[in-house]
Amino acid sequence: MTANSPMLEIRGLIKSFGALRATDQVDLDVREGETHAIIGPNGAGKTTLLGQLSGTLRPDAGAIRFAGEDITRLAAPARSHRGIARSFQITSVYRDFTVLENVALAVQAHAGHSFRFWRAADEVPELAQPAQRVLEEVGLTARSGVLAARLSHGEQRQLEIAMVLATRPKLLLLDEPAAGAGAEETQRLIRFLGGLKRRHTMVLVEHDMDAVFTLADRVHVVLDQ
Amino acid sequence: MRKGQLFWGAAVVLLAALPPAALALQQPFYLDLVRRVMIFAIAAASLNLILGYGGMVSFGHAAYLGVGGYAVGVLSHYGIDNGWLQWALAIGASALAAAAIGAISIRTSGIYFIMITLAFTQMLYYLGISLDEYGGDDGMRLATRSRFSGLVDLDSPVAFYYLVLALMLLVLYLSHRIVRSRFGRVIRAAKSNEARTRAVGLSPYAYKLAAFVIAGAMGGLAGALLVNHTAYLTPEFMNWTRSGELMFMVILGGMATTAGPLLGAFALLIVEDLLSGWTEHWQVILGPLLVLAVVFFKRGIAGSLFHDRE
Repeated sequence: MTANSPMLEIRGLIKSFGALRATDQVDLDVREGETHAIIGPNGAGKTTLLGQLSGTLRPDAGAIRFAGEDITRLAAPARSHRGIARSFQITSVYRDFTVLENVALAVQAHAGHSFRFWRAADEVPELAQPAQRVLEEVGLTARSGVLAARLSHGEQRQLEIAMVLATRPKLLLLDEPAAGAGAEETQRLIRFLGGLKRRHTMVLVEHDMDAVFTLADRVHVVLDQ
Repeated sequence: MRKGQLFWGAAVVLLAALPPAALALQQPFYLDLVRRVMIFAIAAASLNLILGYGGMVSFGHAAYLGVGGYAVGVLSHYGIDNGWLQWALAIGASALAAAAIGAISIRTSGIYFIMITLAFTQMLYYLGISLDEYGGDDGMRLATRSRFSGLVDLDSPVAFYYLVLALMLLVLYLSHRIVRSRFGRVIRAAKSNEARTRAVGLSPYAYKLAAFVIAGAMGGLAGALLVNHTAYLTPEFMNWTRSGELMFMVILGGMATTAGPLLGAFALLIVEDLLSGWTEHWQVILGPLLVLAVVFFKRGIAGSLFHDRE
C-alpha cells in the first residue's frame, strides 16, 4: 500500500436480494485514520454494505480491496485476521458467557489456534489480561464477572465494542453503535468513539446525526431505491 | 462449587461401595445394573460434549456404540481376544466413523443435521443386519470377553465393575477439562452465537469436527464396554431408539453439565428397571414421566441440583 492509496477501496459493489438491489454500484474510499459515516433511511442497504465489508455477505459484483489486497472473496474469519472488525446493530454477544469471557474469546481468536484441550481457558493470563485492559478502556471492569445476558442494554452495547477492540483491528465497522441508547448514553458513547477515532480507522453506520457530525470526517449517503 | 465437590465425593464413595454391599446382600443383580448405567453414562457424556456444549443435535450417537461393539465382537469372532488391540480398534474406528459422518453433517445445521446423523446411523444399523457372518439381525454371542494381559479379568463382575467406574470417572473428568479449555470455549461460543464467532475471527468448522471425533472415540469406548457387558453383539446397539435414549439421558440429566450424563443415565435406566419389574406395560408409564421431567426440570437434574452455572 502506498502512502496515498486508501486503506479500504470499494468499487462497483452490487448486491441484490431477489428484485431488490440493496447495494447498487457503491464506490467508496476510506483512508487510514479517517472516520467515514454512512447514513441513509432504514432499508437503504447500510447493514447490507457492512455485511459485504465484514464478509458475512458475498457481493454479486464489484470489488473490495483492503490494505492493497483484494478481499472480495474472503470469509469473515479471514477478514477478521486481516484487521477488519465489525460490531452488530442488534447486540450480538455470548449471553451465557461472562463479560470477561466474551472479550477473552475475541482475544483468543487472535492468539494462535485454539486446539488446546487441557488448561482451563479462564486461567490463561495471555487472554485474561488483554481482555481486562479492553474492559477498562470501555468502562466495564466492574461488570467483568457478570453474565452478558444480565447486562443493561447500554452495557451490552459497550461489550459489543469491547469485543471489536479486543481483536486489535485496523478498521472498525460499527453498525449503529448508539442503537437503542438514551440521550445521555449516546453522549457518553460519542465521547468514547471520539477517543477511538484518534487511533482507529472507522466506518460508522449511524442514525444519530449528533454522533455522525461530531465523529465523521466524511459522510456517505445511501438512498432508497 | 462446594455443592459440586460434595456431590462428586458422595457419588464416588457410593459407587465404589456398591459391589461389597451388593454381594453382602446377595443382590449381584445391582452390580450388573449399575455397571450398565455407568457404561451409558460414558456414552451420554460423549453425546453431551457435542449436544450439550456444542449445540450439535446428533440423533445418531448410537452409531459409535455400534462401531465400538463390532470392533470388539468381530476381532473376538476371529479368535483375537487381546483387549488392548480390540479397544484401540474400537476407539480408533469410532473416531474415524465420526470424522466421516461429522465432515459431512457439520456443514448442515438444524433439522438437516439431525436427519443426516440419523441417516448415517440407520445405514450402519442395516449394514450390521446384513452381516450374516456376525449373526445378522440376531447378533452373536461374544466368544470371549476382552483380555488385558491378566491385568483385569472382565469375567469377574466386581473387577469389570471397577474398571467401568474408573473409565467413567476418567471420561467425565476429560470432558470437564475439555469444555473449560480454549478448545471448549470455542465450541461453546459456536453454539451460543455462530455469527459472532466468525466475526471475531474463528472458523468453527474444524473445532466442531474435532469435538465430534472426540465424542465418537468416547462413544466407541462405551461400545467396547457394552459388548463386554452383555457378552453379546447385536445391531440393536445402533437402533435409532438407542440414539433417542442417549439424547434423553443428556437432556434429563442436564445439558452442558459434568454430572448430567451420569444423573440422566441413572434416572432413565433405574426408573426403566423399576417400572419394568412392576408391569409389562412400563413404557406407557415411562413416557408421561419423561414428559413431566422435561417440563419441570427444564435445566435437567444437574441444573436443578446445583442451580448456579457450573
